[in-house]
Amino acid sequence: MSLLNFFQNDKEINDPFGAPGTGNSAFISSVTIIVILFSWWLATELELVRPLFLPSPGMVFAKFIKVSCFNHYWETLLLMIGSASEVASECEGFSENPLHQHILWSLYRVFTSFFLAVVTAIPIGIAMGMSRYARGVFDPPLEFYRPIPPLAYLPLTIIWFGIGDSGKIFLIFLACFAPMAISARAGVRSCSIEQIHAAYSMGASRAQVIWHVVLKAAMPEILTGIRIAIAFGWTTLVAAEMVAAKAGIGVMVLNAARFLATDIVFLGIIVIGLIALFFDALMRWAERILVPWKGYV
Amino acid sequence: MDSALKLKDICMVFSSSGGGPGTSVTALENVNLDFQPEEFIVALGASGCGKTTLLNLLAGFLQPTSGSITLHDNPVIGPGMDRGVVFQKHALFPWLNVIENIAFGLKLQGIDEKKRYAVAEANLNLVGLADFRTHPIYQLSGGMQQRVGLARALTCDPEILLMDEPLGALDAFTRETMQELILKVWKETRKIVFFITHSVEEALFMATKLIVMSPRPGRITHEYDLQFGERFLEDGNARQIKSDPDFIKVREEILSIIHGEEVDELEVQIR
Repeated sequence: MSLLNFFQNDKEINDPFGAPGTGNSAFISSVTIIVILFSWWLATELELVRPLFLPSPGMVFAKFIKVSCFNHYWETLLLMIGSASEVASECEGFSENPLHQHILWSLYRVFTSFFLAVVTAIPIGIAMGMSRYARGVFDPPLEFYRPIPPLAYLPLTIIWFGIGDSGKIFLIFLACFAPMAISARAGVRSCSIEQIHAAYSMGASRAQVIWHVVLKAAMPEILTGIRIAIAFGWTTLVAAEMVAAKAGIGVMVLNAARFLATDIVFLGIIVIGLIALFFDALMRWAERILVPWKGYV
Repeated sequence: MDSALKLKDICMVFSSSGGGPGTSVTALENVNLDFQPEEFIVALGASGCGKTTLLNLLAGFLQPTSGSITLHDNPVIGPGMDRGVVFQKHALFPWLNVIENIAFGLKLQGIDEKKRYAVAEANLNLVGLADFRTHPIYQLSGGMQQRVGLARALTCDPEILLMDEPLGALDAFTRETMQELILKVWKETRKIVFFITHSVEEALFMATKLIVMSPRPGRITHEYDLQFGERFLEDGNARQIKSDPDFIKVREEILSIIHGEEVDELEVQIR
């Protein structure tokens, strides 16, 4: 089968004529990724760009081995199972920490903020959808702060919370809060009035209607909000770690930029991207399990 | 015979939020209607004649501006299990499968799983969907979804079944099958049915009592006592009944009433 055939035949037989954007795109995405990596490699191999601006994939990978202390941990492992007698390599890391420490600190900050946002934003969003009082109270502050870039109120969080972790967590929390609250609020409106009427006709109390109908119908939107929020969390991470953080992927990238260590900047960006991608995939999987009816009514 | 459900001098006026003169709409004016046990009442009329408003009043989703609705002499003040509703769009819960949807009302009452599934199962068989017990409802066809909706409404064992154009969104073939199914279910369960439709043929075929409604203000203009549905249940040939000269005669009579109203309406608008 030629490549042309692939592009013509990949449409599902059941797809309606003229339906836009149908068919599987996984193969095309793989090609895109390979093309990007290859162009990157080729540009550095032919020395079209100086390594200061664009380090080669090999350089970034070498930095990954170095910063993650791969050799050190590998030898430690060998020592533990008795196939080596000593650990020869030092653990250098970067900014006084090996890569996994940076990752763990960032994960800690992002997920603490994220879970704080889940337990506050979703109930508040639901309340906003359910009651005009809650909407009246929470709507002005939410709509006011939502479009402000986190960098703008970063100084405030330092003034309020100092340079410890609480300010960073607060900053990421604010970034996660708005999308979750807004989607939970919108989600409350997802069930049709007929579904609510049907429940009342079957003897449901108001509480039962809220629990068994309104909240269930809101689930797809709430999960979408969670997915958007966690991406926002990663977006805000570097800003949050700009001030006085000792470890974290954001710190790593910022320090590397200070020393023009472009390869480590690349490494940090790739690590953040991969982690975010992983959690997004996890959320998509959770959506398929939890709300299989999404998109059908 | 004692009437189970009684509507007395019902008026329903919707006033828009502006509140100025001429902004209120009289959806129903002086509607009187008695529901006798085992009656199959069909409301027929053009859009805007207040059919759905009438159903919403009976279901308790609306309260009348004036007049009274009583069920065995108790005023109807809200929705309740004694009146089951089947909607035009299925209004099922996509997060539950077929049997869970049907058993939903019993679950709310705290009836244990075994018992509620037994009742649900019986109703599932009644509507002929036994093979689709654990299917997700979004994988069912429109006709099947309406069958689940019917089984769900029956599960709380209501005295009255309110059906708001339940077959309006179905294709003609499915529609005829569903008409026959609903008649059979009605015969089996002996519920009072209130059924709304746009289709004159459907109305004639199913009703024991047909009320023709006309718009602006919504009111009942004609009432017919019919027995085509009961004849079908006796001899089982729907097409023969629908092509019967008696059937065609009433059909044309009602069509000319509705058409006549539309012509009057048009003349008013042109003037």
